[in-house]
Amino acid sequence: MPTLHETLEGKSICICAGSGGVGKTTTSAAIATGMACRGLKVCVLTIDPAKRLADSLGLEELDNTARRVDPQLFEQHGLEMDGELWAMMLDPKQTFDELIARQAPDEESRDRVLENRIYQQISSALAGSQEYMAMEKLFELHTEGDFDLLVLDTPPTRNALDFLDAPKRLTQFIEGKSLRMFMKPTGLAAKVAGRGASVALGIFKRIVGFDLIADLAEFFNAFSGMVDGFQARAKRVNKLLADPSTCFLVVCGPQGEPIDEAVYFHRKLVEAKLPFGGVIVNKVHYPAECLRTDVEDLPAVLAEKLDDADLAQRVAANFSDYQALAERDARNIDHLASELRTKGVIRVPFLDEDVHDLAGLAEINRYLFATGEERVAMAAGRA
Amino acid sequence: MIVTGKGGVGKTTVAVALGLRAAAVGKRTIVCEVASQENASRIFEHTVVGFHEVEMEENLWSISIDPDESMREYVLLQLKVRAMRDMLFRSRIFNYLAAATPGLKELVTIGKIWELAQLDRKVKSGRKYDLVIVDAPATGHGVGFLQTPRTFASIARVGPIHSQAKTLDRFITDHEHTGTAIVALPEEMPVNESAALEHDLREEVGVAVDRVYLNGLYPERFSKPEAERLAGLAEREDDALRAAARAALSEHGRARSQRAQLARLRRRVQAPVKTLPFLFEPELGVEAARRLSRRLA
Repeated sequence: MPTLHETLEGKSICICAGSGGVGKTTTSAAIATGMACRGLKVCVLTIDPAKRLADSLGLEELDNTARRVDPQLFEQHGLEMDGELWAMMLDPKQTFDELIARQAPDEESRDRVLENRIYQQISSALAGSQEYMAMEKLFELHTEGDFDLLVLDTPPTRNALDFLDAPKRLTQFIEGKSLRMFMKPTGLAAKVAGRGASVALGIFKRIVGFDLIADLAEFFNAFSGMVDGFQARAKRVNKLLADPSTCFLVVCGPQGEPIDEAVYFHRKLVEAKLPFGGVIVNKVHYPAECLRTDVEDLPAVLAEKLDDADLAQRVAANFSDYQALAERDARNIDHLASELRTKGVIRVPFLDEDVHDLAGLAEINRYLFATGEERVAMAAGRA
Repeated sequence: MIVTGKGGVGKTTVAVALGLRAAAVGKRTIVCEVASQENASRIFEHTVVGFHEVEMEENLWSISIDPDESMREYVLLQLKVRAMRDMLFRSRIFNYLAAATPGLKELVTIGKIWELAQLDRKVKSGRKYDLVIVDAPATGHGVGFLQTPRTFASIARVGPIHSQAKTLDRFITDHEHTGTAIVALPEEMPVNESAALEHDLREEVGVAVDRVYLNGLYPERFSKPEAERLAGLAEREDDALRAAARAALSEHGRARSQRAQLARLRRRVQAPVKTLPFLFEPELGVEAARRLSRRLA
């Protein structure tokens, strides 16, 4: 199987995707760090209200601009940075505002949108708008071409797939063709649509309240000059995602549920003809190289060595528990590999120390970029 | 009781354990999922429950709240004239508006939770529940989710939605009857996030935070002197003895760093912290949830 370094060779975009709580942010940061160590100028992007990326890179603050991470921070942990590592945390609202400013035909239409209450809601709250803004920023940075590689940590959605549909959903919403037609029920459109639609609109107004409908109408009118621009852009974003220089990595955990989600996500990537690069399983319990069954009556042997039967029992019980988890992880990963028809599963072990600082990041980085054999040796404490 | 927390911390398991606990002491309880994930029915090894109140055990029901179904039910309750409803559901413009209005899905979902919690149920032949447990969306989305009624009340300034959104906001922020529980893990970043979440829930949403559950705490199986003896064993021996000693040392290290995180969590949150043990079993099913539920007594 290729190493992660080989997988990412010649790629300009790496998208880390997976459900929440599987260590995506740390993985993205470690991948970006690893490629920067190999001489590339890399930028890692995240949309993360919890500022996890800033935490794991030891940065105080991240905002909508790329900031260079001090290479000396990594030298202390044995990582030599031949290239450059930059990090950016996205503010979806600000990104959206910038996009409107760029797409608006004139200042007046820009302000009409920015001041609209519906816009103010959707720019931060509409499902998918965060995801869309991540794609938008990725596209912008790619077009500017300042970096060799962009690593995107996808937003922590419950459904890892949301962001694939985000550009489409958002443009459909903004387009609002049918709605705008009905908002002015005097024109030709109303005649075509017939009485039923205007009655339906009437009922909807009664349920929702008239002023909300009026705000929506105002919103769509304000947007009307930008629809084409948005659509064209969404198309280019989708093209970029499908480009062979883009690489999707699926990140998951070893438990049944995250594994099932990874399988589902991989299937969706294939269906959407997006370039799948590999799968990373975090927090794996590696099996011990020698099993409890290798020694006849382990508790007795332990008791003799330790001269403490009670402690020996506890050590043996703990070993069994650990082995059970290792066997479960191995089973789940086998299932994952066969579903994905790949042998290239990168297993990052469940480290004794909780990973939240640069030392942890450096450790994860070593595992990510190793070969399969090297990983087994490292996990067993031999390397 | 709204169970919140970041992704992957075991919210569903804790929600089900809380449900089992309440049911065991005779409370008629329903566990609601809100993102059509069906994780709770998975724990019960039950087939998909969907938008139905399905009995899992004595006194314990489960439902997966689908926003489209909730919207439909809401309209049904609002419009008594059948012809009008049928026309509305068939209408493209209605479906379009319902999908396009920001936050409407969240609002009708919370509306359904409110409806389940009423003693005088709006739904015909609806059961009365003593406790409604909600498995909320992951952090970040969770705070926004609970804020939807207030946001809506301010967007729709007048009209029926305005007054209903106000009712729902009062329901969420009623400290006497509605509370939240945060599920955390004993690791650095989840602890930070739980503290931030508690702050947002209290200050921004205005909801009561009753308890923080620290999930997945390793047992302290070995004392420090014992760990030192085992370290010696790990160096001297080979094979299975070495592997067993190493596994014990890993457990000792994790248990210790987790205790440090527990202490940090206790310092940083106002709500009382209750710990739940890590369960060393391959898949967490209903029996595992039941064992956790006994710890909630």
